[in-house]
Amino acid sequence: MKLLTTDHLTREFGGVIAVNDVSFNVEAGLVTGLIGPNGAGKTTLFNQITGVDRPTSGTITFDGMDITGFPAWKVSRLGIARTFQNIRLYKELTVVENVMMGLHFKVGSDPFHGRFLQAIKSYVFAQRENRMVYEKALEWLRFFDLEAHAQDFARSLPYGKQRELEIARALAADPKLLFLDEPAAGMNPAETAHLMEVVDKIRSLGVTVVLIEHDMKLVMNICDQITVLNFGTKIAEGTPQAIKHDKAVIEAYLGKEED
Amino acid sequence: MINFFMLILIYSGVYALMAIGQNCITGSTGMLSLCHAGFFCIGSYATAIVCKVFGLSFWLSLPVAAIAAGFVGFLIGVPTLRLKGDYLCIATLGLGEIIRNIATNINPVGINSIPRASLFGYQFASRNKMAFIFLIWAFVIIFYILFQQLAHSRLGRAMTAIREDEVAAQSNGINVTKYKISSFVLGAAIGGIAGCFQTAYTLTVSPSSYTFMVSVMVLCTVVLGGMGNAKAVILGAFIIQFISYFQQLTGLTNVIPPQANQMIFGLILVVMMIWRPQGLLGRDKYRYGDPRTWRQKIAESFGRKKGGER
Amino acid sequence: MVTLTLYLQYIVNGLTLGAIYSLIALGYTMVYGILKFINFAHGDILMVGAFVGLIVYEALLGTSTSGAWMLIAFFIAMIASMAFCAVLGMFIERVAYKPLRNANRLAPLLSAIGVSFILSNGAAWMFGTQSRRFPYPFDNTPLTFLGISITPHQILILVVSVAMMLVLAFFVNKTRMGKAMRATSLDQPTSQLMGINVNRVISLTFAIGSALAAVGGILAAFDFRVYPSMGTMTGLKAFVAAVIGGIGSIPGAMLGGILLGILEAVGAPLLHIPNGLRDTVAFAVLIIVLLFRPEGILGKNEREKV
Repeated sequence: MKLLTTDHLTREFGGVIAVNDVSFNVEAGLVTGLIGPNGAGKTTLFNQITGVDRPTSGTITFDGMDITGFPAWKVSRLGIARTFQNIRLYKELTVVENVMMGLHFKVGSDPFHGRFLQAIKSYVFAQRENRMVYEKALEWLRFFDLEAHAQDFARSLPYGKQRELEIARALAADPKLLFLDEPAAGMNPAETAHLMEVVDKIRSLGVTVVLIEHDMKLVMNICDQITVLNFGTKIAEGTPQAIKHDKAVIEAYLGKEED
Repeated sequence: MINFFMLILIYSGVYALMAIGQNCITGSTGMLSLCHAGFFCIGSYATAIVCKVFGLSFWLSLPVAAIAAGFVGFLIGVPTLRLKGDYLCIATLGLGEIIRNIATNINPVGINSIPRASLFGYQFASRNKMAFIFLIWAFVIIFYILFQQLAHSRLGRAMTAIREDEVAAQSNGINVTKYKISSFVLGAAIGGIAGCFQTAYTLTVSPSSYTFMVSVMVLCTVVLGGMGNAKAVILGAFIIQFISYFQQLTGLTNVIPPQANQMIFGLILVVMMIWRPQGLLGRDKYRYGDPRTWRQKIAESFGRKKGGER
Repeated sequence: MVTLTLYLQYIVNGLTLGAIYSLIALGYTMVYGILKFINFAHGDILMVGAFVGLIVYEALLGTSTSGAWMLIAFFIAMIASMAFCAVLGMFIERVAYKPLRNANRLAPLLSAIGVSFILSNGAAWMFGTQSRRFPYPFDNTPLTFLGISITPHQILILVVSVAMMLVLAFFVNKTRMGKAMRATSLDQPTSQLMGINVNRVISLTFAIGSALAAVGGILAAFDFRVYPSMGTMTGLKAFVAAVIGGIGSIPGAMLGGILLGILEAVGAPLLHIPNGLRDTVAFAVLIIVLLFRPEGILGKNEREKV
């Protein structure tokens, strides 16, 4: 079953075509890798899908629904969560608070937004709701072995843990589809190995994962499907084995990486 | 001197109210707005008009002032809140001045001899400062509790997320525009309520008392106390008003010119930004999701009072 | 025909007004180009410039009324004021902005508001709130030229500001330091790696911007008088000019200033805007520009990278 499809998606920035007519599919339940040289348009494609940016043309369908041009918050509420290439945590908040923000639309409603009575109740019993969200956030931290850091500031975490925290925050929203933008960038081998375990754990939750990554070993190990972009165009799609032997891919990308 | 001290208490109440509003906008949501004088002005005029022109009760003017200022906040907020930090600051500065300019153009003198507020037959006269202190501080406490509750609610959490990182907030399913406008409208409304009390005390309104300086003073109050910390903001209001009335309090009116106080306000902004951007009190350690029970909290606060390290 | 000359007259007036805006707008734009923040205190620096110019001018002049000496004294006063403001600008940057370079975006802005408050109230303390006249250093009877009158003051404004802008253009485009400045505004970390002393470039930017503001302040002072809050309105209008031209772009600031000046000089009488509402209209224009064309005419649309 296809969870997400993009149909002839194109994004231009003042004459520069960053994403060119890309039709990209994500199968439910699998881990899909999106690879390609720097500047191939991978992050731009992510941004189109997650509503951070609008496509110039083409459509995006998620779970049978056309979500083209939806604002990011709406996309996120439909069940697409993401992390960012240059970690975007709430740095001045604590670790547990970061995950609490990820739970935003999962628990409660607030004054002025939502059904009136529910909103009033939610306001009057804010402390109780807060506690509920807090407990839930702690559960997620436990899942990622970050519980010990719950009351630390996010900025004080080591780099690898910050990446994990960002994933935890994204997962807290209970998404169907999770986009990871270069999750292993800047990680040491031990951290990368741990990340692989984390991705496996996420998969076991039944969450579909799409990840952009440059670490070929990681990609080949954990991805079920791989899509390759080059100069904004899709040049190949298939299983890791097929991609490894794809001529166009080797020419564009792997050929330079061969050691 | 005790007279001036009471005056300080009254004005620090008014400024504490305004600062609670500014804190909601700047401290919690991270939008640097410079038009609190404008909301203050609208609140004052709303009260003056309701009480004098329509001859209605002060208590009725209170919600009218809040709604009027909140509505203007909405009108200002919808177009401007998509601007980024520094542009928002300049745009709101312009709007604050526009409000004052319009008020000046309609009537440069303002409105005088506004009827007094009364409660159960008791009239709040300007010379009885004690009554005003109770009245205003009762409301400061009410709004402190309301906004504290708000800060801990889902809305408050969303506002904090927006302050920290808008893009991340969006991707966490937070409708940034909606929350920014809500925060702005709430802040504006409480600025209007502050204006309402100002009018009830002075019984006059004049456009010349809602200058840019008022906005900067309110901002200074928030920065001094600590952005995003309501308790601290009230402390800030005390200090700012104390500085403001320092000459009258010490009888040095002839020695120190009024500009000196304003220079101090400027200095406070610079110095605080460099040495203590989190404000005098800083942030609460557990802002959301305090894992302690109330027993532990009490025990801890007592522990600190005795000077013990927990 | 009469109306045509009238409008030409407005345009000449607008051109001179705009030249002043341009000089001040350059300071906003250069600082924004490099530090990406609006130097709120810039308007107050022009006020300080006007005061210093006036004081030096009056001191030099003494009781002398010799025409040539008046002109020389004026230019000496202008240069002294430029030097003073350049130092002041560098000092403010060092003390109030430099420690905040890596702080969050609100911090330098709040600090700048503080500096602005200190400067304007400090001036009010030292010089009083009374406005002072800056006497013309020459006979200011207008010259008529094809039915358009132009005062020597206006000629002075045009000559001085065109000269300043040419020098600036030469400096930015041709000299080593100017190139360093452009490089820094494009990419600070990289230019640091290329061996550019970024701190020095930033100091210099503030010095140049403030010196230009001083000139703008003095030139404006003849018509608008000198008083402690003179910088607020003029500074804001110059900021609008910088935004119209595209903030961060030097030619944009020059263009934006001239455009705003002409717009103001022609628009106000054309639309019969009453005097009391002029500021309101100016603010309204400011907000409209910010809302609908925040990147200006020559500026680039900057998007936040995700």
